[in-house]
Amino acid sequence: MTRRRYRLHPWWWVLAAAPMAFLGLFFVWPLFEVLSRGLVVDGHLDAAGMWEVLTASRTAKVVATTVWLAALGTAGAVLVGVPAAYALFRLTWRGQRAIRALATVPFVLPTIVVAAAFSALLRPSGLLGSFDLDQSVAAIAVALVFYNIAVVLRIVGGAWSAMDPSTLSAARVLGASRWRAFRAVTLPALTPAIASAAAIVFLFCATSFGVVLVLGGTRVSTVETEIYLQVNQFLDLRAAAVLSMLQLVIVGFTLWVANATRRRRERALPSRRLDGTRPATRRDAPVVIGIVFMVGLLLAAPLYALVERSLRTSAGHGIDHYVALFQQPGLAILPVPVWQAAVNSLVTAAIAAAIATMLGVLVAYLVTRRSRRGAVLDTLVMLPLGVSAVMVGLGLLLTLNRPIFGVTLGGSWWLVAAAQAVVALPLVVRSIVPTARAIDPRLRMAASALGAGTWQIWRRVDWPMLRGAVGLSMGFAFAIALGEFGATSFLARPTRPTLPTAIYRLLGRPGIENIGMAFAASVLLAVLTASVMMASERMRTQVGADL
Amino acid sequence: MKNVGMKDVTVKNVSETPASGASASEISSGATSAGVKSTGLRVSSLSVTYPGKPPVIAVDGADLSVAPGEIVALLGPSGCGKSSLLSAIVGVVEPSGGTVAWDGVDLAQTPVHKRGFGLVFQDGQLFPHRTVAGNVAFGLEMAGVPQHEREVRVEAMLALVGLEGYSARAITELSGGQRQRVALARSLAPAPRLLALDEPLSSLDADLRARLAVDVREILRESGTTAIVVTHDPAEAEVMAARVLRMRDGKFVG
Repeated sequence: MTRRRYRLHPWWWVLAAAPMAFLGLFFVWPLFEVLSRGLVVDGHLDAAGMWEVLTASRTAKVVATTVWLAALGTAGAVLVGVPAAYALFRLTWRGQRAIRALATVPFVLPTIVVAAAFSALLRPSGLLGSFDLDQSVAAIAVALVFYNIAVVLRIVGGAWSAMDPSTLSAARVLGASRWRAFRAVTLPALTPAIASAAAIVFLFCATSFGVVLVLGGTRVSTVETEIYLQVNQFLDLRAAAVLSMLQLVIVGFTLWVANATRRRRERALPSRRLDGTRPATRRDAPVVIGIVFMVGLLLAAPLYALVERSLRTSAGHGIDHYVALFQQPGLAILPVPVWQAAVNSLVTAAIAAAIATMLGVLVAYLVTRRSRRGAVLDTLVMLPLGVSAVMVGLGLLLTLNRPIFGVTLGGSWWLVAAAQAVVALPLVVRSIVPTARAIDPRLRMAASALGAGTWQIWRRVDWPMLRGAVGLSMGFAFAIALGEFGATSFLARPTRPTLPTAIYRLLGRPGIENIGMAFAASVLLAVLTASVMMASERMRTQVGADL
Repeated sequence: MKNVGMKDVTVKNVSETPASGASASEISSGATSAGVKSTGLRVSSLSVTYPGKPPVIAVDGADLSVAPGEIVALLGPSGCGKSSLLSAIVGVVEPSGGTVAWDGVDLAQTPVHKRGFGLVFQDGQLFPHRTVAGNVAFGLEMAGVPQHEREVRVEAMLALVGLEGYSARAITELSGGQRQRVALARSLAPAPRLLALDEPLSSLDADLRARLAVDVREILRESGTTAIVVTHDPAEAEVMAARVLRMRDGKFVG
C-alpha cells in the first residue's frame, strides 16, 4: 500500500527541479564562486592572502563602521519607533489610518530614492546644507532610521495593540504611577517585540547598500559598499570575496539573534487575540501631536527636499529637469536618456517579477503540504534573504562572465532580471505560502472525492483562492525589482542602465543639471514604485477572506 | 478473521478476490448477466497507521461490507478510528494494510478522484469562491457533463435537499444547516456509488441536528445511495442508518 506514496515523489522532484536549477545557477553557484575566490588561489587554499585582507587596517575600519552605523540606525529607529507605535497603534483616533499608511511609505521606497532624498536635504545647497552633514556617519544613520521606522512600527505596534490593558489597570490600582506602571508592566511585556524589531532593523542596516554608497561617498564605507568599491575601483576581487565572507558572518550572527528573539516573541504573544487599544482623549492630544509631528518631520523633510530640488533650476523653479529626462545628456554622463533607463527598468522588472512569481507559485505549491523535502526547498529559497544583494551581484559577475557550454552569459541584460528575481523570490514565496496553507485541506479532499485530479484541484480550488495573493506578490516582486540596486549595480552594463543605476551615476556627476536630473529621476522612480504597490494592493481580492 | 455484519450477498466474492483487471471485469459482467445486483463495498482487514514515535494505529484490521443501497453507521467515541477508516475507504488516507474493494475490484491502485465515492465533512468544505450552484456542479464538471444537463441536475439536487432557488447564493449567505444541505447535494450530484459522511451534522445545533438527520436519511433513501455515516451520537446513528457498527480503539466491537 505504501507503493502509492512513493509514486508521488518523482513528480514532486520534477516540479522542484525548476526552482532548484534556477537558484543553483543564479545563486548557489555564484555564491560558491565568491567564497572560493576568497579562499583559493591557483588551486590551493590561500590563508595568508585572506589573513592579509582581514587584518588590513582598512578592513577593521570598514567593519567598525558597519557595526557602528547599524547600531546607531537601530537605536534611532527604536527610540523614534516605539513612541510612534504608542501614538499610532495603542491609541485610536480619527485620521490615524492615513498617518499609519504614510509612515510605511519610506519602507517601500527604493534605497536609491531614500539616498537621493537625504542627499537633496544635506548637500551644501540643501535645506540642511549648512550643517555640513553630507558624507557623514550621522547623515547615514538618520537615513537608516527614516527607512526602518516602519519595521519597528509594524512589530512593536502590533504587539502593543494586542496587549492586555487589564494588567496595566491592575498596576495603576495597586498604586503605580503612570511612569512606574509603564516601566514595570508595559515595557517588560513589549521587550520581546522591541528586541525582535531591533534585530531585524540591525540586519537591514548592516546590509544596507544604496544609502551608504550614495550618502557615504568616499568618506564613509561599510562592508557592503567596500565590496563594491574593491571591485569597481580597485579591481581587487579577492578582497571583495574575503569581505563577502566577513559579511556572511555578520549577517549569520544577526539572523541567529533575530531568530532567537522571534521565538521569544512568539512565546510571549497571547494565544487569543485581544484588543488592547483605547480611544485617545483630550489629555493624550499633546503627546500624540508631539509624536506625530516629530515623526512627520523626519519622514516628510527628505521627501520634500527631494521634490523641491527636482524642481529647482538655476533660474528659480520649473520642470526643466523633468523635461531633461527625455533628452540625451552628455555621453560621458549617461550613454542613454533617463527615459530609456526607465524603460529598461520596467522591462527587466517585469521579467524578474514574472520569473519570481512563477517559481514562487511552484515553490508554494510544493511546500504547502509540510514534509521534510519541502522544508529543504523552503530553506534553499529563503537563503537569498540572508545573503546581501551585493554578493548575489558579485557572484553572478564572477560566475557568468565567461563562456558556459559555449554561451557567454556575462553582460547579458537578462542577467540583471535573473538577479532581481533571486532577490524577490523569497518575498514572493513568503507571501503566497501562508495563503496556500490557510486553504482548508478538506476542500482539496472534497474536490478529489468529486472526481478532480491533482491538476484540476489546483486549477479549480487552489488557484481561485490564491489568485489575489499571487497578484499582490507579483506586484511586490515588480516593485522590488524596479528599485533593486545592490545586485543590479554589478550587472547592469553602463550602456543599458536601469533607473536606479542611472540615478546613482547622475548623483555622482558634478553640475546642477545632472543633480537636478537625478532628483527628477528619483521622483519618477518613487512614483512608479508607489503606483505599482497601490495597484497590486487593489488586486487583493476578497475571495476567501471572509471564511 | 472476523467479519462484522457481513451480508450474504457479499460472501460470493470474498473467496475469489480478483487480482487482475480481466478477472474483475469478468466478475462484474458475470454478475450483471446473471441478474445479480452489484455487490457493493468490501473492506478486509484494513489498517491505518499514522507515523510518529511510536506510530499511532488508528484502524486495526477492520472488516466491513456494505450492500448497495444500504446505509451503515460507524459509531464510537472520538479517536476510535472511525473517521480514519472512512478516509481510508474513500482514499484520502493511505491504508497501511488490508484492501478496499468495490464489486470485487481492489481499489488500491485507484486514486481518490476515480473511485466514484462521495465525501461529506462536518463543515468547511464548500468552495468559498463558487456559488451554491457552482459548488453542486463541481463534480459534474469533473465528469464532463454538458452544461445544460448540469443545470438541470443541479436544480434537481437542490430540490432534493430542499434548497430550490438558492443557486445563485454565495456560500457565505447560508446558515450552517443550509451549508450541509449544499454539501450533501454536491456529493450526490455525480451519483456516487458510495457516499461517505464524516460527522455530517456535528457542527449544527442539537435541534437542527435531529431534524436534519431524518432529512438526510430520506434524501439518501430517495436517491438510493449506498452510504456510510460516521458519528459519535448513538441517536443520530439509529435515525440515519439501518445498521449501526460500534468502534473502539480501531476495532469493531459488539
